[in-house]
Amino acid sequence: MRWKTAEYSGWGRAIRANGQMARPEKRAALTALMAEEPAPAIGMRRSYGDACLNDGGRAVHMIRLDKFLGFDAETGILTAEAGLTLGEITRVMAPRGWLPAVLPGTGFATVGGAIANDVHGKNHHNAGTFAQHVVAMTLLTPDGAEHRVTPETTPDLFRATVGGVGQTGIIASAEMRLKRVKSDLVTVTERRANGFDEFIAMLDSSDTTYSVGWIDATARGADLGRGLLEEAETAGGLVPTPKSSRTVPMNAPRFALSAPVVKLFNAMWYRRVPKSGHTVVKPINDFFFQLDRIHDWNRLYGKNGFHQFQCVVPLSAAAQLRDMLERISASGLASPLAVLKRTGEGRAGMMSFPMEGYTLAVDLRAQPECEALIKRLEDMTADAGGRIYFAKDALCGADRIQQMYPDLDAWRAEVAKHDPEGRMITDLVRRLKLREPA
Amino acid sequence: MSETWIILGATSSMARALARALTERGDNLLLAGRDMDELEQMAEDCRLRGAPVAEAVAFDARDPKGFAVLVSRAEAVEGTLNAAVFVGSMPEQAEIDADPSLVDGTIADSFTGPARFLQMLAPLIEARGKGTVVGVGSVAGDRGRLGNYVYGSAKAGFATYLSGLRNRLTRSGGHVITVKPGFVDTAMTWGIEGMFLVAPPEKVAEDILKAVRKKRNVIYTPFFWRWIMLIIRSVPEPIFKKLSI
Ligand SMILES: Cc1cc2nc3c(=O)[nH]c(=O)nc-3n(C[C@H](O)[C@H](O)[C@H](O)COP(=O)(O)OP(=O)(O)OC[C@H]3O[C@@H](n4cnc5c(N)ncnc54)[C@H](O)[C@@H]3O)c2cc1C
Repeated sequence: MRWKTAEYSGWGRAIRANGQMARPEKRAALTALMAEEPAPAIGMRRSYGDACLNDGGRAVHMIRLDKFLGFDAETGILTAEAGLTLGEITRVMAPRGWLPAVLPGTGFATVGGAIANDVHGKNHHNAGTFAQHVVAMTLLTPDGAEHRVTPETTPDLFRATVGGVGQTGIIASAEMRLKRVKSDLVTVTERRANGFDEFIAMLDSSDTTYSVGWIDATARGADLGRGLLEEAETAGGLVPTPKSSRTVPMNAPRFALSAPVVKLFNAMWYRRVPKSGHTVVKPINDFFFQLDRIHDWNRLYGKNGFHQFQCVVPLSAAAQLRDMLERISASGLASPLAVLKRTGEGRAGMMSFPMEGYTLAVDLRAQPECEALIKRLEDMTADAGGRIYFAKDALCGADRIQQMYPDLDAWRAEVAKHDPEGRMITDLVRRLKLREPA
Repeated sequence: MSETWIILGATSSMARALARALTERGDNLLLAGRDMDELEQMAEDCRLRGAPVAEAVAFDARDPKGFAVLVSRAEAVEGTLNAAVFVGSMPEQAEIDADPSLVDGTIADSFTGPARFLQMLAPLIEARGKGTVVGVGSVAGDRGRLGNYVYGSAKAGFATYLSGLRNRLTRSGGHVITVKPGFVDTAMTWGIEGMFLVAPPEKVAEDILKAVRKKRNVIYTPFFWRWIMLIIRSVPEPIFKKLSI
């Protein structure tokens, strides 16, 4: 396999890596690579921080292994190569009445990346995580062996691989249960939440299939925690034509997302929805992958990039979450992108992120103050009995991970069986000392 | 009326991009190449993406005895018969310098194999009075260079062959398009030093389909390679022979 030396980064662009990358185009090439010179997989690098980086080392870019391998319309089980994106699955399957059971906020995530972070979507409270719908995987471990991994036959390896940030080996392909949909349209109702407590109450009483909140992370005082609750169902109806996508051509200047601009934008975005709320019909892609309509939008943050902080806390810790939000709004670092959602219990792996409670995700401009803020938020999360999300993280420390992820030891032991030499270690795993015995 | 495409060297990334674009048009596909596992998977991929027919067929440019099977498969197809040729191989020039026998395989893959196959296919196109042949050459065929002149000369031979075939098929309603890609982002160019203006395979596929619609004869893809190669071709030989570009 030929290796290409390149500088690359995750979606946040604040942290970069320099290393060698292979990009196999055929399954046989991947198998040979794992037998001879194993390295961790990376997908579309839609993780924000360093989950998809291996500075000074090697990585296997999976995006050319992107075939549909089979679909059984009786069972709804789709077999796909790991480099296929969820957006492409949606594009091809939705018109035939099928949809991935779980979709994250970007269609650019690959099947492999969605499994390795056990991603969640706007329906987590009822559908659980992505890997809960995975019935089997073909896994290539760094000893060159090929395993068929299922929740029934190899439960430990399954639970270590899903949500396991690539540490057990490379997922070559997966079989997943799709869900039936009536059409490729979604009816969306948006309502205002005046402040944090009202928002929590609205989330608690929401019972639609999809439900997610946009939160104004710049609002303070009485407005703290105000936002818009979006509730949706897939439905039939008229067909709106999808809008074409746009590309951000270059890095935006610093002022583009400076505090006053964001504050103004957020206020306008909030008022976009009338006091009484409103309901609209959207094409499936626009609803699930709103941000994907603007390609390379991460450039809006300028060349310094940005960080995303995402945590989940138990239902009983809403008050602590409010304190965290207060810190964030006081910092003036928040961007328009902030999400509040109620999560269910669903998680498929030992290291999966979700727990029953509330998850908060906020984009923060990469500034020197960012590090201290995130460190503080991390402590508050751990104190609240919650956890931070590896898919988004770039700055947290190692010391509180054990507390957040109680299955860490079991995971570590299972991973050590399959990758004893640490060939699959990435920057995230090094930074958070995920594989070092406690 | 349905159209069917025979794609030689179907597992290459440019061929795969074309095959996927053709599934969007609802065309039928005969995917030919050596790696049958990969081809079977690719056929399933194309069917799931909407191709009414997508079949894997064995084709090895170095084994002309096997061509007859593919030709008779093509004969059984109704409607318009088209072909797109992506086969070719480019060992490092240094490897060829060390082992001159590699010349034969390079030329068989990039020129004589596909030429012989097209020679067998041409009567079918003539008999039907329609059909398009897309032959993928390379800008490397426009002038012999230090870095890859064996591959380049094979592609030059293929380009001349295609021009003759165009001359022949045009008389019966068929058409031949010579495609000369510049640097394309494939396994062949991945990690090689000195690549610039590298185009995604999807761009090449898009340009090919546009050329098919417009019945173009020779295209460079992306288009600016026409101008780059014009300059390279116009450098006088006494100077060119001393360059290492
Ligand atoms: C705009 C946006 C919105 C998002 N919204 C959500 C959301 O709503 N919910 C959510 O959960 N996440 C969300 N994310 C995060 C994203 O879904 C995850 O980071 C996902 O893992 C990205 O997939 P990827 O293919 O880009 O993987 P990468 O980021 O490239 O890699 C992620 C991890 O997967 C591993 N990996 C990748 N491929 C393989 C493989 N074949 N085998 C083994 N390991 C592999 C890598 O080693 C790495 O550890 C969002 C991201 C963006 C940019």
